[in-house]
Amino acid sequence: MKYLILLLLLLPSIACADPAQDEARAQKLFSEVRCVQCQSESIQDSDAAIAADMRREVRADIAKGMSDAQIRTSLYDHYGDYVLFRPRLTKSNLILWALPPLIALIGAGLLFARRKTPENSITSSLSAEERKKLQELLKKHD
Amino acid sequence: MINEIGDYCLMLAFCFSLGQAASVGIGRGLGRWAEGMSLAAAVSVLISFAVLIHAFSVSDFSVANVYQHSHTDKPLLYKISGAWGSHEGSMLLWCSILLSYGALITLLGRGLPEGLRLKALGVQGLLGAAFVGFTLFSSNPLDRLDPAPVQGLSLNPALQDPALAFHPPMLYLGYVGFSVVFSFAVAALIEGRLDRAWARWVRPWVLAAWSFLTLGITLGAFWAYYELGWGGWWAWDPVENASFMPWLAATALLHSAIVMEKRDALKAWTVFLGLLAFTFSMMGAFLVRSGLLTSVHAFALDPARGILLAIILFITAGSGFALFAVRAPVLAPGGLFAPVSREASLVLNNLLLSAALCSVFLGTLYPILMQALFDKTMSVGAPYYMAVFAPIMTAALLILPVSTLLSWKRADLKGALQRLAVAFGVAVLAAVIGTVFYHGPFLSEMIFGLGLLVGFWLIAGTIRALLARIDFKASRLRAAPLAFYGMVLAHAGLGVFVLGAVVEGHERISVQQPMAAGDTVHLGRYDMRFKGVSSKPGKNYDAQVGHFDITDASGRLVCAAQPQRRFYPASNDMQSKVALCFQPLTDLYVVMAQPSVTAQGKAGYQVRFFVNPWVRLIFFGPLLMALGGVLSLSDQRLRLGVAARRARA
Repeated sequence: MKYLILLLLLLPSIACADPAQDEARAQKLFSEVRCVQCQSESIQDSDAAIAADMRREVRADIAKGMSDAQIRTSLYDHYGDYVLFRPRLTKSNLILWALPPLIALIGAGLLFARRKTPENSITSSLSAEERKKLQELLKKHD
Repeated sequence: MINEIGDYCLMLAFCFSLGQAASVGIGRGLGRWAEGMSLAAAVSVLISFAVLIHAFSVSDFSVANVYQHSHTDKPLLYKISGAWGSHEGSMLLWCSILLSYGALITLLGRGLPEGLRLKALGVQGLLGAAFVGFTLFSSNPLDRLDPAPVQGLSLNPALQDPALAFHPPMLYLGYVGFSVVFSFAVAALIEGRLDRAWARWVRPWVLAAWSFLTLGITLGAFWAYYELGWGGWWAWDPVENASFMPWLAATALLHSAIVMEKRDALKAWTVFLGLLAFTFSMMGAFLVRSGLLTSVHAFALDPARGILLAIILFITAGSGFALFAVRAPVLAPGGLFAPVSREASLVLNNLLLSAALCSVFLGTLYPILMQALFDKTMSVGAPYYMAVFAPIMTAALLILPVSTLLSWKRADLKGALQRLAVAFGVAVLAAVIGTVFYHGPFLSEMIFGLGLLVGFWLIAGTIRALLARIDFKASRLRAAPLAFYGMVLAHAGLGVFVLGAVVEGHERISVQQPMAAGDTVHLGRYDMRFKGVSSKPGKNYDAQVGHFDITDASGRLVCAAQPQRRFYPASNDMQSKVALCFQPLTDLYVVMAQPSVTAQGKAGYQVRFFVNPWVRLIFFGPLLMALGGVLSLSDQRLRLGVAARRARA
């Protein structure tokens, strides 16, 4: 197990040797970093000079052998939360990250728990005549 | 004079809408008056809108809105589309569509029970009065200027584009279409009737609005793709999300309404979604105008109007949901069903769509709330949605083909899976072959493969469902109802879209560098040579045309791209015009941006060159989906027509 973790930790540095991989990492990071002076554009998409500077910064960090997580942290230290298009997983962002999957999971759980409940279709709010009319109407189209 | 007529008609429309609501509210035989009022209101507001279009097309700068957003040199199409290119004009467009839908309830709703129809008209009247009132008193596009200026200030050049000219009307036909569903939902809650027939009456409206919204969003994405020059088509920008949220809600609604119609279940949930779809539409309208968002799309920012819109949103949605909370538990006791059945799978689809909707909602509003409550700035962008939204939707899409092969009430899951085995095998094979050709980090190769699998699975599974329906006999193709083909097209279109989005997202390559005449840049299997620049005068701009020859590996000329840089003297604005060369599925995309000096010290331009594989599928898929909606709708109308004719005979 220890060796596995060690291997996983080493993997990024092994990958660093390959310039094509470096470029792919750089492009992926560019798409996650907001250009601080532009309107909701990543530094990948922006033509602005500051975006070019930030791209250079990220490339330099990759060349130094920093991991993606380290680069994100250094960007955060430099520019704050605003610069990261992928919000950090913090206490105040917990709802943002956890609520959608929770809805799916809890909802699925509820559905599963109630699966045996017999069908309980209510048409009794209609009078007998109305129900007949409804049936006729629906029959024509089924 | 003519402008005063428009102004007067807008006032009339406001009064008619109020009257429409009041006559239903008073009742006692006055109710039928609402029908006439709804027609009169629609005619008035359409006259008013026609007057605005007239003012734009003749460049009548005595109208403040025309002065601010038009110019005599503009081509006629963009003069006309300028009528809805501003906040005021787009509000009038919104009102015109809103009141027209009201008139359509009167015209097409003859077969509905009178109580429900009149109550829906009443609610529609209230909505109409609120929005026409807002337009009339706070954002009147027909306000005059004295003295009239001789020349206008022009429209933003980025908005002078055919796709964008038709984008707002399509989008609004969708947004506002949900107002009818909202009105019917409120009417049913007041009336105290929620039954299968209600779902049947509401479905055509949902289908129509959903189809328009699909088209509108696609046009917007296409515009962002080829006009903004950044090579992408969807940025998870708040304004884009604002149009995507009602779409997700409406997609869930479309499916839950089917369950309600067929099985008399999910009633409260369907009504809830009906209220939600229009609430999100109104929220979109509010967010874009509130000044709360920074976006490439936001326009006409004015906090004061934003607050007014927020009040309208709060009152309408608030009272709708309050009514729902009080009435729904009484009206719609939860009917449940067998765990393996078409309806159960559709419930699962609704659940996953809701979770996906929740992620878009949070991603859009979280930064705004954090800013407002804690004064903290933060960003939520594509990586968040890829991590949260995409897995949820992937689950929903993997279930989809299974759902279409399950039968109602009690289905045979094993049988359905067996029947789908071949389709799944085909999808896996296609995905594996596709992934072999893609090289990237391991994780992204896996995601790429999964994405391809989802896309091919949707298409193959849908074809399998079609084959099951016709029992593998071509002679039965005609027997299947149009609505079924609508479903097939919509689901296959979704698969096409997924394939495009996955391939484009992973395999898009680009290069950006300064280039001078004579320079060559290499990208993928293409070489692009910059030949030089020529000048070309346009109608209301001067263009510098760049000439680029793109050759493939064998040296064959694939495309002579001519991107432009246009200078609009009227607004003193520079605009880059993208050159698109399209291979059957792949786009070669060239942008010539600001002048720049190359590494060799020669004067040139900053040039971006993209190869966007399969990008056309991203726009073609949703077109298929909308076409599916229309097919399904025409089937329904046919059925409604038949029912109405028989009823009369």
